[in-house]
Amino acid sequence: MNGILNVTPAIPEIFVFTMACVILVVDLYLSKEQRAISYGLTLLTLGVGMMLSIMSFSAEPVFTFNNMFVDDALSDVVKIAICLITLLVFIYSREYIEARGLYKGEYFVLGLFAVVGMMVMASANHFLVLYLGLELLSLSLYSLVAFQRDSELATEAAMKYFVLGALASGMMLYGMSILYGLTGSLDIPTVRKAVGGMSPDDVVLIFGLVFVLVGLAFKLGVVPFHMWVPDVYHGAPTSSTLFISTAPKIAGFAIVIRLLIGGLEDLHGAWRDMVIILAVLSIATGNLVAIAQTNLKRMLAYSAISHMGFMLLGILAGTPTGYSAALFYSLVYAFMSLGGFGMIILLSREGFEADELEDLKGLNQRNSWYALLMLLLMVSMAGIPPAVGFFAKLAVIQAIIDVNLVWLAVIAVLFAVVGAFYYLRVIKLMYFDAPGEHVPAIQAAPDLKVVMGVNAWAMLLVLPWIGPIQQLCRTAVASVMSGFVS
Amino acid sequence: MEAHLLSLVIWTPIIGGLLVLATGGDERASIARKIALAFSVVTFLFSLSLYSGFDKTTAVMQFTERAPWISTFNIFYHLGIDGIALPFILLTTFLTVIVVIAGWQVIQIKVAQYMAAFLIMEGLMIGVFSALDAILFYVFWEGMLIPMFLIIGIWGGPNRIYATIKFFLFTLVGSLLMLVAFIYLYQQSRSFSIPDYYLLPLNINEQILIFIAFFAAFAVKVPMVPVHTWLPDAHVEAPTGGSVILAAIMLKMGGYGFLRFNLPILPDASHALAGFMIALSLIAIIYIALVALVQEDMKKLIAYSSVAHMGFVTLGFFMFNEQGIEGGIAQMISHGFISGALFLCVGVLYDRMHSRQISSYGGVANTMPVFASFMMLFAMANAGLPGTSGFVGEFLVILGAFKVNVWYAVLAATTLIFGAAYTLWMYKRVIYGAVANDAVKALSDVSAREVVFLALLAATVLIMGVWPFPVLDIMHASVENLVAQTAASKL
Repeated sequence: MNGILNVTPAIPEIFVFTMACVILVVDLYLSKEQRAISYGLTLLTLGVGMMLSIMSFSAEPVFTFNNMFVDDALSDVVKIAICLITLLVFIYSREYIEARGLYKGEYFVLGLFAVVGMMVMASANHFLVLYLGLELLSLSLYSLVAFQRDSELATEAAMKYFVLGALASGMMLYGMSILYGLTGSLDIPTVRKAVGGMSPDDVVLIFGLVFVLVGLAFKLGVVPFHMWVPDVYHGAPTSSTLFISTAPKIAGFAIVIRLLIGGLEDLHGAWRDMVIILAVLSIATGNLVAIAQTNLKRMLAYSAISHMGFMLLGILAGTPTGYSAALFYSLVYAFMSLGGFGMIILLSREGFEADELEDLKGLNQRNSWYALLMLLLMVSMAGIPPAVGFFAKLAVIQAIIDVNLVWLAVIAVLFAVVGAFYYLRVIKLMYFDAPGEHVPAIQAAPDLKVVMGVNAWAMLLVLPWIGPIQQLCRTAVASVMSGFVS
Repeated sequence: MEAHLLSLVIWTPIIGGLLVLATGGDERASIARKIALAFSVVTFLFSLSLYSGFDKTTAVMQFTERAPWISTFNIFYHLGIDGIALPFILLTTFLTVIVVIAGWQVIQIKVAQYMAAFLIMEGLMIGVFSALDAILFYVFWEGMLIPMFLIIGIWGGPNRIYATIKFFLFTLVGSLLMLVAFIYLYQQSRSFSIPDYYLLPLNINEQILIFIAFFAAFAVKVPMVPVHTWLPDAHVEAPTGGSVILAAIMLKMGGYGFLRFNLPILPDASHALAGFMIALSLIAIIYIALVALVQEDMKKLIAYSSVAHMGFVTLGFFMFNEQGIEGGIAQMISHGFISGALFLCVGVLYDRMHSRQISSYGGVANTMPVFASFMMLFAMANAGLPGTSGFVGEFLVILGAFKVNVWYAVLAATTLIFGAAYTLWMYKRVIYGAVANDAVKALSDVSAREVVFLALLAATVLIMGVWPFPVLDIMHASVENLVAQTAASKL
């Protein structure tokens, strides 16, 4: 079962990676008009990748490549979600990138490499594998942000993203190397065992932990390591923002699980307080600063920061219920964010970005259907029932009350009210204000319209299945836990 | 059908609302109106069969439905009603029909969205009154905010955006604290079922903290002094239909919450904090009545009068005896009809004159005699005249207060004077006297459509005033049970 050459658990990754290379080559022989072939192949790859992940679903962890790689229920859930979301991202962005001259083979190939990176992160059972996946993802994302070469904003954003991202990677590597020095291994279960035998007050151990945590916090974009988030979200082409703000959040959750829970769970007492600070600061800063934004993309960026803070609440609870609540939260958030940025793409047209809040003015009068869809998404992000965003918040808050952190729950809940204000302002702009003059009719491709409608209504229609989905999250977390016992 | 009657009553209007929404733009407004009316009437008929199938002799939950919903947190789709919830459901279904008729011609822009918002809200409000699972309750409770937010914001007056955001945020803060309390109760009992909480032992500190969390949610809704400030703003800016639903039903949810949660789940905290609640209620009754007296705006006056009347309701609840609680409920039902009717009366005037200022009117009786007689009845009922529904509740509450402390009764009874003063003084200035100006001279009397809804409400107010027995009879067993629960200490 631990055979070196058992490639079965890694089939989804291998498939997506191979196809990415195939598309790279095939695209060279395609003219501009035939680019739809690359696009179609990309969607096919992601669809099949998702199917393969579903087929390899197993609650029992399977280890391979000298225990460096694990295929458990968590990695499967994360991979399925990543493939599905990326598939939707490409459907959302087709028209947008066509209109902006970004409709190139490299765009799809970079996207697919990022997907492979995320899938590897989800399955990593070894610090180096994890780092490999993370860097594959990050480098692809830097290029996707910079893809619009003639845009100053995008170039600036990519530069910031790259410099800060590289710094964060360095921090994380440094932390890992300290842990290696202490435990003599990069293998996560071995590190876990070694850490379990050490004093949790060991200064060097805490030192390593802090660096790992800082790296993670950078990647997740939580306060005070969040400075890159608004700039990158704002500067990148909206299609890239759409991607960055969705699938990588789930992958980010996966590495938090692998590192903090998998490797360093015995230090929970030490990292819990640090994560509390990160979470509270993120929820507070994200929600407060979002109020001051006039740009929709920046507003959603700050909202992302606060959502990541909420996700961390589940992690810091330190219980399987909390971890699965955090997983559920990141899944729900990814779909909400997908819809939110998707709406910006839908309202944009050639030579015009609908990314200012002002652009939403009077949307109800221009097109009441889209206004209703955006309303559903905003309500869900604000965590107002009956939308699914409420149940995500409920799960994490329940998890922290379970470990007697009622004060933290009250803080989170009060900042959720502050957050509700700026989501409401979006609804106010759409419903209560008159549209500006000379706004042309909204035109969107049929595939985009369908995806948008399904995505937004899913916020309500998923309600009867919340139980099974949360159950799936619990299975996923339980399967990670069982991997450590054996 | 019998088994799912409650679900039917909840989901019929919601599905109707979605259908209405699907009719789209204003070019199909007449279809939207007809569908809305049809669904509201059908829902009302369904709710009548709830009444006919209801067993008045028992306090157990009836028409219960229970299906697993979110198994990971033991959340159930759990519905059921007792004699306390049923009158509110009937009030809701009845008033929604009235609101649909009242908005028939007045609303000309975004008709489908207007009608849909009211229908969806109707379903959610019935859900609040029938949910037996705390999370389900919370979902209905909060879900209602969004349609109301839109109703005030889209069809409201000039200052509508300030008013609607204030309304939303006030309510949200309170509700979220209630949510934290629910989760705490879940942590203690591993259940979100409201009946389970009745049996859950809680020490006095827990009870007081949970009481405060619930209080935050319900006091904002009722609204009690000092968190009542959103109400005059929201009422003044809301369109007529919105004001009716706000005053007649939404405020009642706060009262219903006290009965469903605070009293039976936290009996000891309720007794410990009764003095505080009574003080707040008496302040509402006396001080807010004085505030109402000086209002220049008719809607604002009725809004303050609602706060004062609801003070009466909470006073009755915290007397912990049958008369007080039954009186409080009767007062809520009756106030639902009367305040709804008064807002509709103001709406009738506003549609003609586009002013809510008392000073713009005078001598309306000369040009609108039929209207003047209807409004006379409702004004009298608001003042608590015997023979109208307004008297029943006030009398019972005062009776209940007498049993506890004579001074409470004496202070509460001042409402009969103040209520008469502000209502009748407003009535006098608007309706009587010489014709004030040319605009009033040009007024036309109520149309057939307006007569329909005013007459329906007038009949209800009179019948309930003369023969309140059916309403009191439905709730009697449940109230008896509630009084017993509240009397039993959990310590």
